[in-house]
Amino acid sequence: MTERLENKRKPLSPSAAFAKRIRRRALQMVYTAKSSHLGSIFSTVDLLAVLYGQILRHDPSRPDWPERDRFILSKGHACAGLYAALSERGFFPESWLEEFYVNGGHLAGHATHVGLPGVEVSTGSLGHGLALGAGMALVAKRENRGFRVFVMLSDGECDEGSTWEAALFAPFHQLDNLTAIIDYNKIQSFGTVKEVLDLEPFGAKWRAFGWSVREIDGHNFSEIEETLESVPSQPGRPTCIIAHTIKGKGVSFMENKVLWHYRTPDPEEFRLALAELEEG
Amino acid sequence: MRSAFFQALMELAESDERIYLLVGDLGFGVVEPFLRKFPKRFVNVGVAEQNLTGLAAGIASTGGIVFTYSIANFPVLRCLEHIRNDVCYHRANVKIVSIGGGYSYGALGMTHHSTEDLAILRALPEMTVVAPGDPSEAREATRAVAAHPGPCYLRLGRAGEPTVHSSPIDFQIGKAIQVRDGEALTLISTGALLQTAVSVADRLAGSGWSTRVLSMHTLKPLDVEAVSSAARETRAVVTLEEHSIIGGLGGAVAECLAEQDHVKVPFRRLGIPPSFCTQFGSQDYLRAQSGLSPDRIVASLEPFLRAM
Repeated sequence: MTERLENKRKPLSPSAAFAKRIRRRALQMVYTAKSSHLGSIFSTVDLLAVLYGQILRHDPSRPDWPERDRFILSKGHACAGLYAALSERGFFPESWLEEFYVNGGHLAGHATHVGLPGVEVSTGSLGHGLALGAGMALVAKRENRGFRVFVMLSDGECDEGSTWEAALFAPFHQLDNLTAIIDYNKIQSFGTVKEVLDLEPFGAKWRAFGWSVREIDGHNFSEIEETLESVPSQPGRPTCIIAHTIKGKGVSFMENKVLWHYRTPDPEEFRLALAELEEG
Repeated sequence: MRSAFFQALMELAESDERIYLLVGDLGFGVVEPFLRKFPKRFVNVGVAEQNLTGLAAGIASTGGIVFTYSIANFPVLRCLEHIRNDVCYHRANVKIVSIGGGYSYGALGMTHHSTEDLAILRALPEMTVVAPGDPSEAREATRAVAAHPGPCYLRLGRAGEPTVHSSPIDFQIGKAIQVRDGEALTLISTGALLQTAVSVADRLAGSGWSTRVLSMHTLKPLDVEAVSSAARETRAVVTLEEHSIIGGLGGAVAECLAEQDHVKVPFRRLGIPPSFCTQFGSQDYLRAQSGLSPDRIVASLEPFLRAM
């Protein structure tokens, strides 16, 4: 009993606490908006929390600071988590989060830069982010500027040929200031990646293209932190972090279920999900 | 037009460090001077037009003025969604340059016929669409798009087009250039058919139809004023383009004329029929097959003008 109480009192790490707040926020946003993609959002949250908590060099009071690190959420459908992280970092008022999917509101259903400080580029159609990020990274290399570029991709968007065009380009141009983080939750829109269009051997593919590949548990904070803090993991090569994640991570009945790519929680599911997130 | 473009681009890059040139593994024999002089601002991205366009938008987001260069449909249709989302939605300072408008690469076959590009890009928000009529317009258009903030499409012919303008031109995006004046009809031309338009005008004038010729080098924004003046001041309006008759210059001018409240003017679109060309041959041959040689144009316009 004492031991359990002590465990409960043990404070969460800053990243874990941040992730918890992002998940709770995103759940509220999706529930209120009657929207979807909770599964895809939750698998990214722990990575986002570390990125926005301690990795990205930026200044929310100067979102256009030319030397900022760039983060691109290429899987734009997971934008609720990004919006929650940006708001908490102070890029825009928290009240805007209530305007997700709201007519005339600030927040579109896929990551959108228009009128929204902190969103580098608009995404939503898959397979666009890596080329955009490579363009930014190329400028930093060629013009001796210090900023870095992080692009988060879904596993599903690795079906897109354009992703592999950029994957071929970045190592050839030695863009070691570019990091691709793949949210490998292994479920895409129609079912498991294995069933739809298998990506394996996945790490070997990126390695063969010339990337320095790290495979991590995308929900283990110390592993995420250690990995992101040490990029580039090989000088002269872009880093590909294959983050093994769980779709719907954090809510037991959403985990590893393709249904939660689409479903809006009903009031009871919302209550249960919120309770689990509070516990977690 | 190609050498006029590269000459202007070299001059621009000399004076403006923001200019980048990205090519899709095309331009052998013409891009090398740029590569040698500005290696840090040149990339041959390989045969990968989606990546070409995404990279350009990424570079532009950091402050660059990025020219993407390839031939025919490759820098346009192959990567259309990247143009729409990455370039247009972000108002990225990307200038898409296609060499080989229309049937420039006629003999190479259907894949190399760029015959719907103007219509498609004209429909994209934020996109400025420019198709110069001769090398002097191409030179000025290159400077103009570089100076014009936001996405632009520069549709060029090939190499070796005749210079139509004998004196210096006042080239402004969105302002047609009047090459000849006349009262019987206005022939509005875009792109590399400008020389054809002038030849046709000369022949029609010989038959008593004095012809105004406008070089509509900018399709978007269209020079609405020049079109409505033509409708008021001349007795017919005819458009001429090496492009499908759907959605390009003819479409743009038709839209404009249809919304003129007090002017009704006989109107014809001359362009490429909206079907794949079943003939094989050179640019001149395919133009003639599509009714775009001076002889064919005159033959098709005479009955129209007689009936007025």
